[in-house]
Amino acid sequence: MQEIYEWFRWLNQATGINLTIVYDSYDRARMIDGFVNTIYLSFVCLGLSVVIGVVGAWLQGSPLKWTRRLVNGYIQLFRNTPPLVQMYFFFFALGSLMPRMENEWGIMEPILSNWHWAILSLSFFAGSFNVEIFRSGIEAVPRATVEAAESLGYNRLQTYMHVVLPLALRVCLPALNNNLVNLVKTTTLAYAIAVPEMLYVANQIWSDSLNVPEMMTFLLFAYVLLVGLLVHVMHRWERAMRLPGFGA
Amino acid sequence: MRGPSGERLYGTTDLPVLLPAAERLRRRDRLERASGGPMLRLQAWHGLALAALVLLWAGVVWAQGEAAGTEQQESVIAAIWRWLPVLLGGFVFNIAISFMSMGIGTATGTLLGIMQVSELRGLRGSSWVVTQFFRNAPWLVLLFYCMFLLPFEFTVLGLTIPFPDWIKAVIGLALPVMANVSEIVRGAIQSIPSGQWEAAHSLAFNRRQILWQIILPQCVKRMLPPWMNLYAILTMATVLASVVGVGEVMTLTQRVLSAENRPEFLVPFYGFVMLLFFVYCYPIARTTQKLELRYAVKQ
Repeated sequence: MQEIYEWFRWLNQATGINLTIVYDSYDRARMIDGFVNTIYLSFVCLGLSVVIGVVGAWLQGSPLKWTRRLVNGYIQLFRNTPPLVQMYFFFFALGSLMPRMENEWGIMEPILSNWHWAILSLSFFAGSFNVEIFRSGIEAVPRATVEAAESLGYNRLQTYMHVVLPLALRVCLPALNNNLVNLVKTTTLAYAIAVPEMLYVANQIWSDSLNVPEMMTFLLFAYVLLVGLLVHVMHRWERAMRLPGFGA
Repeated sequence: MRGPSGERLYGTTDLPVLLPAAERLRRRDRLERASGGPMLRLQAWHGLALAALVLLWAGVVWAQGEAAGTEQQESVIAAIWRWLPVLLGGFVFNIAISFMSMGIGTATGTLLGIMQVSELRGLRGSSWVVTQFFRNAPWLVLLFYCMFLLPFEFTVLGLTIPFPDWIKAVIGLALPVMANVSEIVRGAIQSIPSGQWEAAHSLAFNRRQILWQIILPQCVKRMLPPWMNLYAILTMATVLASVVGVGEVMTLTQRVLSAENRPEFLVPFYGFVMLLFFVYCYPIARTTQKLELRYAVKQ
């Protein structure tokens, strides 16, 4: 390892390409933290948004008119307003209304931190797209299949969990992948409310070491790599989940 | 459709193709027959217009109340009303940025998309790499990239051309748009049945003629819904420019809020910005849906 650090130090002196995140232990630790935070944020939001999508799609098929209207209103509101404004609205506006609590050092702080708000707003944003995606998948399940399940004595929830959802999931996987990739890219917005994810950390590092081009390029490639990895995994999953003779 | 005594009613149908509309029309007709006159047909935008009218009216009333010289603190609606020109100006700037980015992105993206179906292997491969790269990079990171790495002025032949922040933002937003348009164009070209190509070949068109005179005109219709969708996404992404310090609606809102310094204004002001974007983007989304339905190929 030491040789690698030395080589990057030499690279800095010889060419001026200053990659502090490799040879400087403090910057390296910060960047690794940022990378882990980005992945953590992505995973939590991925999970939550899928849950929101599944529940929302189920509610949207409800026989109650007002439940359907409420879900539709949520979808339209979150799909047609900028995610950054949503995040500001959640963090600054709703956050200011939240009660404050004393932490272990006796300092008053809001119940929900910027982490919580980032996770909430990103999940709700991606979830609104997921609801529509799951709904289109559910609509693609043949009516006869649902009727067959009903005739076997399944109730609405059981039909949904055991018959409709597994089939719908396969139909909507491509669209879902797209949305999840988008979500990973949207996690950069958490920068705006000071969540220490990769972009935020990179910003701190280039403010300290004045190596903007290197850090920007690193960031671009890191995100392209991360997204590429996700796309690859999801494609594998898509292929593994394929039912012969069902869907395209 | 049968009337109460079983006779056929004029202007109704039993045809299955019209069932969704027929159901709605039948219900409306029944209501109109019962009331003996035309019904008021309310749509979503009527409610929106009404809400806007009420807000406007309330704002005027409050502003007048202020003018009457009461010593109370200014109300939220009056404050929004007072700052409305500033906020709307910022929003117009957002729209201007989105127009310019969309223009640049569409022009370059179309070229890139056509390059993706080129017969030259190198050209095809490299344009694919460029498309995937810019499609997979987050918008905010691309915006930062352009902000920090483009110079703030160019010197050409001793002439200094300033390069303000908002132009850099336009370029930064145009890059992902370019990549997305490229994918839309490629998808549309590949969705045209190969019979079209073969028929054109047999009529002695060359490749360029086929592309420009036969394939692309057919693609326009298919590309329109995803292109509009992309435009809505871009409009919502213009807010990102506030993070890098361009004076658009979000930046202005934050300045207004810090100038007012009243915590109870946070919710309504941020809510107002959301409303602005919603009012602009929702009709686009609805139109996109309608176009998609109209152009959908029956399978």
